[in-house]
Amino acid sequence: MKYLSVFTLLMLFVACGSKKEKENTEELLTETKVEVPNSNIPFPIYDFDGLEPLLKKEGDKTYIINFWATWCKPCIEEMPYFERTYQEQKASGVEMILVSLDMPSMWEKRLVPFVKKNDLKGEVVILDDPKMNDWIPKIDTDWQGGIPATLIYNKDRRTFYPHGFTYEELNNELNKFIN
Amino acid sequence: MKTLKSIGFALLLTVFSSFGVNDYPAATGYGIGDIAADFSLKNIDGEMVSLLDFNTAKGFLVIFTCNTCPYSVAYEDRIIALDAKYKSLGVPVIAINPNNPDIQPGDSFDAMRVRAKEKEFSFPYLLDDGQEVYPQYGAQRTPHVFLLEKNETGNMVRYIGAIDDNYQDASQVEDKYVEDAVDAMLSGTEIEVTLTKAIGCGIKA
Repeated sequence: MKYLSVFTLLMLFVACGSKKEKENTEELLTETKVEVPNSNIPFPIYDFDGLEPLLKKEGDKTYIINFWATWCKPCIEEMPYFERTYQEQKASGVEMILVSLDMPSMWEKRLVPFVKKNDLKGEVVILDDPKMNDWIPKIDTDWQGGIPATLIYNKDRRTFYPHGFTYEELNNELNKFIN
Repeated sequence: MKTLKSIGFALLLTVFSSFGVNDYPAATGYGIGDIAADFSLKNIDGEMVSLLDFNTAKGFLVIFTCNTCPYSVAYEDRIIALDAKYKSLGVPVIAINPNNPDIQPGDSFDAMRVRAKEKEFSFPYLLDDGQEVYPQYGAQRTPHVFLLEKNETGNMVRYIGAIDDNYQDASQVEDKYVEDAVDAMLSGTEIEVTLTKAIGCGIKA
């Protein structure tokens, strides 16, 4: 009975878009340890297939995609630069998506409070896909998986940065896209 | 774009490894087939440890890991299991903490001793004091595994990457990269997957 409600809840999430899916229900019903996305997590939870469309949007905007996690010190250090840049450049057609790689056990305890406390304006999404060796090279062939890492793209250009940024560095790079 | 990328990939790799990208350290360090340098690092028991000390070893699982990284913690039990399985077969685990304790106090030598005792580590847990070993290997994150095979020329790098393909749940693992590599190495067959990528904690330098 408990499993059934868990299952229903999950199905609801699956139905709400390209949220993380499980391949078969049997696995789901026997998997009691699975972290079930719930209403306490106000961000979309994607596997790589769910995230991928955000990495190749068309149109006139420029997208900053920052890969981070609350446990990653340098990510937290550079976050204010990203937030500030986003606020300043929003009017120039810049969108920012903050892809959290926090683990399921940290979503409620760390991620949600962090986003709230810092009043993050970028769009927070969760990437929860343990098949890292499959998806890391799809984001960039040279990326070894270290974070912070950032992708900036628009319809004309695309650059992946497997390192952190200062405010100046981020703006220098972003200006290549919006000017 | 994609095609162009894959064609240019090998070329790009060469360029990046010689010039670096945007002044940030590029993916230098060892590649498959390179001979890894030995080291002499202090173990949690105070003794210095070198690969040379292991006379009868056929190889080593050199694993850069630490106390504080959530991924390292998630893999702790699996690292212990690797040592339990392969030490007796001649391939012991040598764990190295590459982080600078001044930046990451939770990875201090004392904290390492505490953690090793709590988890009853059966393998050396060494501090990369001065942080010279991890750049030489090209370790970029924790945990980061380097499988070495001892031969007449030295310790040859046979596999670099992740332990397996699911950090979250050991029971959901489909590909045990490290075990597959060690098994192939010990049986003298080709290692099918020699390089894998994973999200991990950047090393605190």
